[in-house]
Amino acid sequence: MTAAMLAEAWLAMGANRLRTFLTMLGMVIGVGAVILMLAIGQGTQRQVEESIASMGSNLFIILSGSTTSGGLRMGSGATPTLTLADAQAVEELPAVNAVAPSAPGTAQLVYGSNNWSTQVYGTTPAYLTVRAWTLASGFPFTDSDIRSATRVALLGKTVVDNLFGDEDPVGKTIRIRSSPYVVLGTLAPKGQSLDGRDQDDTVIVPVTTAQRKLFGTQFAGTVRFIMVQAESAEAMPAVEKSINELLRQRHRIREGADNDFSVRNLTALANAAAETAKVMSLMLGAIASISLLVGGIGIMNIMLVSVTERTREIGIRMAIGARGNDILLQFLLEAIIISIVGCLIGVGLGVGGALAVNAFSGMAIVITASSIFLAFAVAAAVGIFFGWYPARKAAAMKPIDALRYQ
Amino acid sequence: MASPAAAVIRIEHLYKEYATDAGPVPVLKDVSVNVMPGEFVAVMGPSGSGKSTFMNILGCLDIATGGRYVLGGRDVGTLNKDELARLRNQVIGFVFQGFNLLPRASLEDNVALPLIYRGTPRSERLARAREMLAKVGLDAYHRSRPNQISGGQQQRVAIARALVTQPTLILADEPTGNLDTATSSEIMALFTELNQRDGITIILVTHEPDIAAYAQRLVRLADGRIIYDGLVEHAAPEHTEATS
Ligand SMILES: Nc1ncnc2c1ncn2[C@@H]1O[C@H](COP(=O)(O)OP(=O)(O)OP(=O)(O)O)[C@@H](O)[C@H]1O
Ligand SMILES: [Mg+2]
Repeated sequence: MTAAMLAEAWLAMGANRLRTFLTMLGMVIGVGAVILMLAIGQGTQRQVEESIASMGSNLFIILSGSTTSGGLRMGSGATPTLTLADAQAVEELPAVNAVAPSAPGTAQLVYGSNNWSTQVYGTTPAYLTVRAWTLASGFPFTDSDIRSATRVALLGKTVVDNLFGDEDPVGKTIRIRSSPYVVLGTLAPKGQSLDGRDQDDTVIVPVTTAQRKLFGTQFAGTVRFIMVQAESAEAMPAVEKSINELLRQRHRIREGADNDFSVRNLTALANAAAETAKVMSLMLGAIASISLLVGGIGIMNIMLVSVTERTREIGIRMAIGARGNDILLQFLLEAIIISIVGCLIGVGLGVGGALAVNAFSGMAIVITASSIFLAFAVAAAVGIFFGWYPARKAAAMKPIDALRYQ
Repeated sequence: MASPAAAVIRIEHLYKEYATDAGPVPVLKDVSVNVMPGEFVAVMGPSGSGKSTFMNILGCLDIATGGRYVLGGRDVGTLNKDELARLRNQVIGFVFQGFNLLPRASLEDNVALPLIYRGTPRSERLARAREMLAKVGLDAYHRSRPNQISGGQQQRVAIARALVTQPTLILADEPTGNLDTATSSEIMALFTELNQRDGITIILVTHEPDIAAYAQRLVRLADGRIIYDGLVEHAAPEHTEATS
């Protein structure tokens, strides 16, 4: 019975191919858009999550600056007010896991005939702990390198690729601003940061080397920022409070006066970014769903026309014994077939489109079985929902009225 | 005549009104008639006298507004829509003036269509359809479409479709109305054979005395009432004259 009905529905759809195709097109575009938008939305979301994971957990960054000099407030990092001694003091605070003071700058690197300009971080071994950064080869520098400000360096993946190509950099000597540095190790790749920078395009040297030999500092011993890792997420509010108290005391800031530093909760910022990405992903999906709805209305429209056009056929079928339910099933099946076949093509198009977007723009995409399943379920539901009314209308006709219809 | 209880069709004081914008229009007024198994009845009457209305009610396509209609022992007035559909499918075969075939379906699919609605498996459906097409002499055309054959052939396909369910009753509303005389005779020969050899009860509406002459019994309607009911050959000339 159902097999016969399917054959009948197929016949009816084949009778007006262009119209069936156009009706289907609404569904194809709707499903394609949903799949594509979900792929892009979830891809972005995944990328943000990966960036956050690569950032390190439970992080604060203390920036120097926000000073008031003669009534003029300066931006963060404008005046170096933080020192290595500050960093050491912060490390003594309870629930602080690791502290990494940083003195960054840009420098030209040369190895053999290759050269490369990149960000050079002067920092301590704790930086690797804080950023949860492992070495791909070699070994890190130590506290004794910090004490004696040795010329040693750890290279990020991008730097290795540009200076060494396939060569093993460990043990080689590169020149940073014309001075020779021994490469101790290479960093494991981390990918993009939240703001889209390449985290692997970096060189790490001892903070003292950066201060004294590479960049020099306006005031001896100052650093641009200090990264602090708390022991746990729960400890973060307490740690933030104690950092503020400690630094105000060390910097001799009077009651009521502004800080000459600022403490930012990077983890909270990152979570906000993740939240934004999630909302964006949902929005994309929601907007695409509207086209699915429009596709469904298209199906309903065409089914209504089709029911009217085929009134006589309905009459003939009823005259030879079709029950209301037989007619209902016939038209409902047609609507469902159109939406399911449209959905299949739409899934293909959406997946293809997402792969194309990824290939041509490098935008991250994620295609999950659940998003395809969702599109399918929605398409079937749309077919049944929008097919129901026209089918009901057909089934409710009186045999004699349908037969007499001109 | 045999007792009314054995009748295929028992109609008592049947009324039919159509609701129109200008108020109800009475079309059938107090029609009573019994049809016995195996009878061949011709229905005549002027245009607008209510013949088609009468046939549609007999065929369970429409319902009367008053009176009683008992078909094969079942009071049609008490049946719901699905039960009526079942009667149309199992007891009645309808043949229309305009053939009413599905234009997109092949002849064998057209003939097999009623069997879909009783859940017959496809292979059996097609076998029965071919058998019926052979019976009306159109087996060679089973893959053709209705628009590829003549009107007379289309009507024979429609008869095959009416026969495929093995009905006890065939209702034909001006089945030869669109056909020329020669083709009409062929169709009537087919009806006669069905009536005489297979014992199928036939009720047939016509305007032509020649066609009515194939039947045994004549029912003549005028303005919604039966004005003659008896053997064709006993009818007064004015009852068998051509109407239009
Ligand atoms: N659906 C309808 N609504 C209103 N009036 C109708 C309807 N169908 C038929 N009638 C009226 O009922 C009367 C009988 O119509 P019917 O079709 O039964 O006549 P008929 O005897 O079959 O005529 P013909 O020989 O021309 O086919 C006519 O006056 C017609 O106008
Ligand atoms: Mg008529």
